Amino acid sequence: MKTILIIGAASAIAQETARIFARDNFHFYLVDLSLERLKIIVDDLKVFGAGEVYYNEMDANHFDKHDQILKDALNKLGQIDYVLIAYGTLANHEEIINDPEQIAREFSTNATSVILLTSLISNYFEKINKGTLAVISSVAGDRGRKSNYIYGSAKGAVSIFLQGLRNRFGKSNVKIITIKPGLVDTPMTAHLKKNFLFTSAETIAKGIYNAMMKGKDVVYLPFYWKCIMTIIKLIPERVFKRMNL
Amino acid sequence: MIELNNYLSWGRYPKYYPKNVLHMSWRNEKPNLQNLDSTVLPYAFGKSYGDSCLNKDGYLVDIKRLNHFIEFDQINGTLKCEAGVTLDKILKLIIPYNYFLPVTPGTKHISIAGAIANDVHGKNHHINGTIGCYVQEFELLRSNGEVLTCNEKINSDLFKATIGGLGLTGIITTAKIKLKNIPGIFIDAEFIKFDNLDEFFAINYESEQKFEYTVAWVDASFPFGCNPRGIYIRGNHTAYKETKKLQHKELKIPFPFELKLMNNFTTSLLNSIYYNKQIFREEKKIIHYNKFFYPLDGINNWNFAYGKNGFIQYQIVIPIEDGAFVIKDIMKIIHQSNKKSFMTVLKTFGDKKSPGLMSFPRKGITLAIDFPMDGKETLEMLNRLDSIVREVGGGHYPAKDSRMNPMDFKRFYPQWEYFSKFIDEKFSSSFWRRVSK
Ligand SMILES: Cc1cc2nc3c(=O)[nH]c(=O)nc-3n(C[C@H](O)[C@H](O)[C@H](O)COP(=O)(O)OP(=O)(O)OC[C@H]3O[C@@H](n4cnc5c(N)ncnc54)[C@H](O)[C@@H]3O)c2cc1C
Ligand SMILES: NC(=O)c1ccc[n+]([C@@H]2O[C@H](COP(=O)([O-])OP(=O)(O)OC[C@H]3O[C@@H](n4cnc5c(N)ncnc54)[C@H](OP(=O)(O)O)[C@@H]3O)[C@@H](O)[C@H]2O)c1
Repeated sequence: MKTILIIGAASAIAQETARIFARDNFHFYLVDLSLERLKIIVDDLKVFGAGEVYYNEMDANHFDKHDQILKDALNKLGQIDYVLIAYGTLANHEEIINDPEQIAREFSTNATSVILLTSLISNYFEKINKGTLAVISSVAGDRGRKSNYIYGSAKGAVSIFLQGLRNRFGKSNVKIITIKPGLVDTPMTAHLKKNFLFTSAETIAKGIYNAMMKGKDVVYLPFYWKCIMTIIKLIPERVFKRMNL
Repeated sequence: MIELNNYLSWGRYPKYYPKNVLHMSWRNEKPNLQNLDSTVLPYAFGKSYGDSCLNKDGYLVDIKRLNHFIEFDQINGTLKCEAGVTLDKILKLIIPYNYFLPVTPGTKHISIAGAIANDVHGKNHHINGTIGCYVQEFELLRSNGEVLTCNEKINSDLFKATIGGLGLTGIITTAKIKLKNIPGIFIDAEFIKFDNLDEFFAINYESEQKFEYTVAWVDASFPFGCNPRGIYIRGNHTAYKETKKLQHKELKIPFPFELKLMNNFTTSLLNSIYYNKQIFREEKKIIHYNKFFYPLDGINNWNFAYGKNGFIQYQIVIPIEDGAFVIKDIMKIIHQSNKKSFMTVLKTFGDKKSPGLMSFPRKGITLAIDFPMDGKETLEMLNRLDSIVREVGGGHYPAKDSRMNPMDFKRFYPQWEYFSKFIDEKFSSSFWRRVSK
């Protein structure tokens, strides 16, 4: 039976993705901040057909716990076939732009901790010479904008880091996948007015599952964000810097 | 800060905004309601048309993310899940095991808690009654932090008050329902044109004996519409197996903006297209359940087509023996007022009793009509319709209502005072303040 480790398993997007893996009777190791929340998810995944579901709490910013979690997951699951890193935070940009501590924290959550975890996990995959690691980055990491360049630059760092890893493993059986969702209707975006640009977590989850099954490289979800971001990236900086996006 | 525009109702009228929105996303993390400086009301998907899911200047508790399944007993056909799980998610889970919802309304994008709170009905009411008949148990969070298990035996009064209780008795956190066995995902459906109400009643009489699902679409804009034509729709589940031809791709066309497309001209046109796209008087086909039950779900946010001012659905139930002449009178007034309606639906209710104390359906015929909200003109016409409905002892459906007067409410729901004993002291809604005045 196949196994998957999900870090940030209580995120809306990860929960929907896990349900699809559960239909394939995967065994799970779920990680997030709260054990109580994870317990609720365990029942849910069982209903969808999950095999064994193990879970553990971890604050990804406690870097010294990363190794321990990976070891425990390996211990419980025997082998890890798939990994999804899905946690993240979107702080109120205006409130934190002048708060060094908060900026550092945002960067740690959305970039540094993710980079450390992916290094660790990819080393494990290298050792067994297989495995699929998907990380949720964001379209926000494709170009810096005044409304969210802290979150955006952290996601951008993750995307570039993953690009490097993918290159390192390009000739092996280890798959490194960058997921770039557009606007998704989740708790993270509860403060935004919903319009037709928003997609459900369920739809994004299908895209993530497909990308992981097919071992894709970079996927924009839904696909049309690739066109949107291509156009946004084409705008000359001279013009872009005056725009309100 | 929460974006309050995400918290209107389906009709987008009235535009009542809450003071703030709390979230309850995990069943073990209870929001603190006791110390709030105003009243609260649970809010799910806002698919109620009027103000029964709104709480102007008070708090809403968004329970959409209370969306986890808890237990699916495939042998006994029962499902336990959290309050915000949608009918859509339930169907996707249970259909592969040949189960279906015992009752479903015309959209599947609503929560199970919302379905209970309005004790919703579907095309099978004449046989199966309302969803309340299939609720075995739920847990109810009260504002003092207590979580009460409610069923026919334990807290049974609160159980009955909460079914159809309009969200006023507390927050349902989990619910357990009985499912229904089906032979397959297809419906053996028949579509029969009728030229007038007498024909409708004749077809209806015959259909109710033989079909589990019945409903009629009425062309309320046809020039001689006082005695309207329409299409009678009836069907049964069938064991027919999936073939290439019958594969169903679910449409999801987004309607991006509030843009008023629905006016007298487009409405008449749409009605005429709908009526005439069926060439033969009778058509039989085997269709996917989505097509049969949820034709409107193909377009996301179709309510935006009524523009900024929104629309009103007027849904009433009247005694069957008065049906023909009351509906004719209603149609007459609509024509005199030069209002057109696209979604006009007729269906007879049966006499299966729901445990719900405040449930809307009762034996008779129900009529639902959509009108663009054009201000005073629309409201005045609806007042005229009320007087006809009142005369025959009919009543309105709170889930669709934004304007019925308190007298009519109290007349049709005389149990309202007894019911109010079960309302949680912290809970209220714009609807309740309006009708209990
Ligand atoms: C296209 C369409 C077709 C429809 N067809 C039908 C039909 O055929 N038959 C029918 O009966 N109805 C029908 N309806 C109405 C709809 O089924 C009801 O209004 C339903 O209650 C909406 O559910 P919701 O999840 O959107 O809840 P909301 O509209 O958000 O809330 C509905 C009520 O439930 C309460 N509530 C929400 N969550 C909870 C909770 N956790 N605990 C306690 N109370 C709660 C709210 O306070 C409110 O009073 C239709 C609506 C649409 C848009
Ligand atoms: N929503 C969007 O529009 C969107 C768009 C593009 C990309 N994304 C990305 O998609 C991913 C999933 O987002 P979502 O929208 O599903 O968000 P979400 O539901 O808000 O989930 C975020 C999850 O991350 C957890 N988390 C936060 N800090 C953590 C930490 N230090 N250690 C461990 N877990 C932590 C949160 O736990 P708590 O709730 O307990 O804090 C929560 O479970 C994120 O990486 C996000 O950046 C989202």
